[in-house]
Amino acid sequence: MDKEYVGFATLPSQVHRKSVKRGFDFTLMVAGESGLGKSTLVDSLFLTDLYSERKILNAEERISQTLEITRNAVEIEERGVKVKLTIVDTPGFGDAVDNADCWTPIARYINEQFEQYFRDESGLNRKNIQDNRVHCLLYFISPCGHGLRPIDVEFLKAVHDKVNIVPVIAKSDTLTPREVKNLKQRVRDEIEEFGITIYQFPDCDSDEDEEFKQQDTALKDSFPFAVIGSNTVIRENVERPMRGRVYPWGVVEVDNPSHCDFVKLRNMLIQTHMQDLKDVTQEVHYENYRAQCIQNLSRSGAKERASRNKISRQSITELSLVPLADTEKLIREKDEELRRMQEMLQKMQQQMQQSQGEQSDTL
Amino acid sequence: MAATDIDKSSNEEKRNLSLGGHVGFDSLPDQLVSKSVAQGFCFNILCVGETGIGKSTLMNTLFNTTFENEEASHYQNGVYLRPRTYDLQESNVHLKLTIVDTVGFGDQINKEQSYKPIVDYIDTQFENYLQEELKIKRALFNCHDTRIHICLYFIAPTGHSLKSLDLVTMKKLDSKVNIIPIIAKADTISKSELHKFKIKIMSELVSNGVQIYQFPTDDEAVTEINASMNAHLPFAVVGSTEEVKVGNKLVRARQYPWGVVQVENESHCDFVKLREMLIRVNMEDLREQTHARHYELYRRCKLEEMGFKDTDPDSQPFSLQETYEAKRKEFMGDLQHKEEEMRQMFVNKVKETEAELKEKERELHDKFEQLKRMHQEEKRKVEEKRRDLEEEMNAFNRRKVAAETLQAQSLQAASQQPLKKDKDKKKSVKTENQSGANLSSSKVMIAKANMEPLNCDSWWQAMQCCTCLVKNAAWREGFF
Repeated sequence: MDKEYVGFATLPSQVHRKSVKRGFDFTLMVAGESGLGKSTLVDSLFLTDLYSERKILNAEERISQTLEITRNAVEIEERGVKVKLTIVDTPGFGDAVDNADCWTPIARYINEQFEQYFRDESGLNRKNIQDNRVHCLLYFISPCGHGLRPIDVEFLKAVHDKVNIVPVIAKSDTLTPREVKNLKQRVRDEIEEFGITIYQFPDCDSDEDEEFKQQDTALKDSFPFAVIGSNTVIRENVERPMRGRVYPWGVVEVDNPSHCDFVKLRNMLIQTHMQDLKDVTQEVHYENYRAQCIQNLSRSGAKERASRNKISRQSITELSLVPLADTEKLIREKDEELRRMQEMLQKMQQQMQQSQGEQSDTL
Repeated sequence: MAATDIDKSSNEEKRNLSLGGHVGFDSLPDQLVSKSVAQGFCFNILCVGETGIGKSTLMNTLFNTTFENEEASHYQNGVYLRPRTYDLQESNVHLKLTIVDTVGFGDQINKEQSYKPIVDYIDTQFENYLQEELKIKRALFNCHDTRIHICLYFIAPTGHSLKSLDLVTMKKLDSKVNIIPIIAKADTISKSELHKFKIKIMSELVSNGVQIYQFPTDDEAVTEINASMNAHLPFAVVGSTEEVKVGNKLVRARQYPWGVVQVENESHCDFVKLREMLIRVNMEDLREQTHARHYELYRRCKLEEMGFKDTDPDSQPFSLQETYEAKRKEFMGDLQHKEEEMRQMFVNKVKETEAELKEKERELHDKFEQLKRMHQEEKRKVEEKRRDLEEEMNAFNRRKVAAETLQAQSLQAASQQPLKKDKDKKKSVKTENQSGANLSSSKVMIAKANMEPLNCDSWWQAMQCCTCLVKNAAWREGFF
């Protein structure tokens, strides 16, 4: 017998309609030394001109420069889908001669966004919560080195548990393909050696088709992405106008996957994983922050560390049990203590009785 | 004086004379050349730049050879310099080349002290040369001149401007060594960006008063080329040791998917210019500048520091020897004075410690006496107590004996009584548990008493004999 058509197969399109109406927001933070092409890359990624008027400091002014955090919000629209994009830039990172702790403003900023969201969420009127939390951090690694530098390692270790880190190798038109491969391997090894958690792509389900799986593995293998950015559009000598860089020895095409990984990065960031980045921020990093906050409030001075309850990507499903398990453990511990004390009391009573009995016996 | 007269006359009478024929002293330069070729040349290059910026590769490319080099790690604690000396030969000219590498430059998080090891190294080389010069028996021509002739400063290709570390370091080095700034890895900057970048760098250097090496324009042979090269500073270079086939020949180049960067192609990068300037044209001038300008400056500062002056307050030229003698006497005087002081201090200290030790010895003796006395006191007391105890024991024994005899008498007297009285006795004996020893002995006495007849008439005798005591009824009542 034919199953009658109920109609909930239209749910995805309903979700689609609603989300289009609501619009999306995404906050991207870029960090790295000056001159690595951060602004150019951001402009290329979103095909906009965010940084048309900015002032680049002289070397002398930079000797004792401190880090500042700038926010730039734009609304972009494509085929009816509106995205409110916020780019958080960190000019001055690693520019001064003495860069000790130059990343603390960044860590503080990320925490502040979490704190603000936490407070809004616990407030009475929750209709218009502004989500300013940082969804993704693009970290630029210099191609002129042999891997990660001490300042990179320190910075990443300070923020890797607060935000999704996507490392990219900047200005990779300075590296031949073999050098790119070596550097990527080096960076991967060093990330593992120092125990830095970066954003992991979700494993694709086993029932996806082969092509998708291949793409997925190719994507994971080319981590970290080696990118080139460009603001100039080349119109002559090419089939179609495209972004690129013109050199006397050739033309680097930003969109060409054999020249650099820019296309992969753009696809990953915008086309396929934007929502996943937001989800991981909400479910993992924000929940970690929230749990830590609450524990600090309720158990100030206790010796327990919040890291025991740290959530990793795999345990998202057990999320709801975590706070309950906590209180249950407390209760259990208290019960045990009570029992122990009762036992001790009993023993003491027995002893007293015994000694009394002995005395009466002897008397 | 005679010396000054001769000087004045030679100054006035320099005339130009023309020669009648060919004398042959125009071969002087050739003699000089052949002598220096026989001697060999030496050249010292210092490469300053961040790790991984291409210093070693550029050296390999410049000298068309491979100097062995391990890749440096980023995690050094500080900056240190690594000098390496190589012997090169081209045609019949020997070159002793020393390349000094800065390892760990720009890697630390706090780079405020990064320039110090470099400045110290340069100063040490100057110091060594100065010491050699001041020696009595010196071998200036044979010694290996390690002073740095040229510093190649590698600028990272950010495209914006100099980094703050670059500015600070170059300012510290510009008065000690010839600096030529180079833009490294220039294949990442396009032509228009490069032009702007170069202008920005030069303007920053000028506005901060950093003096870089200018190619000399006073010698007509090279003035033109040098002047044009000066306009191209800083050179944007690309280094490579790999060869790529371009056209139909192998050239040193870097192969990219989008093209091939040829190292020796003038339109691709300024490598050829750098090689020309550094090696082919101005090497000797660099050495001269190092000796005449930077070394002299160092020497002057150092000697002034030591107290030497060129002229007296009376503006008579000072003889170095006299100053030296004076200084030496002063120094010896100081030394002796210090020795005296130290000896004095030593003697004082010895006296002090001796006194202390004597004190301590006395104290120890006192203590020992005291302890001995206490010990004897205690011994006496213990003896007394023992005697007391013995007396008590004796008294007790006598009492015991007396009590026993009394008991024996009373038992005898009570031997005719029925058994239940014994039981009473036993009960009462039991309840008075405390006198254990007495108890057992009284039991024995009672047992004895039951069996032995009472054979004492008066109570006094009964006291002496315990058996009679126990049997005597009257005494029994009273006793228990």
